[in-house]
Amino acid sequence: MSDIRALIIDDSSVMRKIVERSLRQAGVNLTQVLEAGNGAEALGVLQDSKVDLILCDINMPVMDGLEFVKQLAGVENGKGVPVVMITTEGSETHVVQALSAGARGYIRKPFTPDQVKEHVIPVLAGKP
Amino acid sequence: MKSAKELLSTSKDHGEWIPLLEVSAKEVFELMLGTKLDTAEDITPNGLDIAAMVGLAGQLCGILTIRASKESASRMAFKMLGAETDKNSQEVYDAFGEICNMVAGNFKNKVSGLGDGCMLSVPTVITGNDYSVRSLAGSPPLELQLLFESLPMLISLEVS
Repeated sequence: MSDIRALIIDDSSVMRKIVERSLRQAGVNLTQVLEAGNGAEALGVLQDSKVDLILCDINMPVMDGLEFVKQLAGVENGKGVPVVMITTEGSETHVVQALSAGARGYIRKPFTPDQVKEHVIPVLAGKP
Repeated sequence: MKSAKELLSTSKDHGEWIPLLEVSAKEVFELMLGTKLDTAEDITPNGLDIAAMVGLAGQLCGILTIRASKESASRMAFKMLGAETDKNSQEVYDAFGEICNMVAGNFKNKVSGLGDGCMLSVPTVITGNDYSVRSLAGSPPLELQLLFESLPMLISLEVS
């Protein structure tokens, strides 16, 4: 997998580290990892930085993941960047909401590195 | 699998949820920490000096609580992160809260029909022993007694 700059959004710093480790275990060559603790912070990060992949929790304080995905298209550096949701919210409604808002993939917590690979690699390869 | 509506209407003590809660906890520990939990008996809260709580609201209202020792929580953080952490560090509290969050989320996803109608709060972590929790739950809590690497752990679900 070619060089990837990733933005990981989760209010838990431990989960951000686990997601980063899982991406590396999945064979994603991360050249830069940016982090944010909620959607609003992530939109701020994207004002100054370009990324190739975003992994985003849903339940977060200040701005949740669904609202972040909705607002992402309005940020220059966010246009066209694939978003994969990683969340405990596993209901069909949440999945539909996330995909309708523009997310390209959905991973339920708890997850294994193999599940991250299964969902992220096709997204990076441009497959639906 | 019974729906949340069926389970809520057919039982006041919700005892049928204990196996679902147990499977939910065991899955989280196996997938995220690579550790199998064992069931236990006669665990008392003595020495369990850290607690993580996640609130549930909507079709099901209540609180899911995990209690353990700081030593256990520190080992859990080590298992999650793959690195030693001080048992009083923010990372230990963060990891312990996230485990509670995942157990709560995994549990509600296993109760058919509950996922859409039930929201989770962000986790709260309490340290120390000198506190009491008085919930407005209408029934006694469902309790699970488990061992994490031979160390005691209690999981309870109080349903309002």
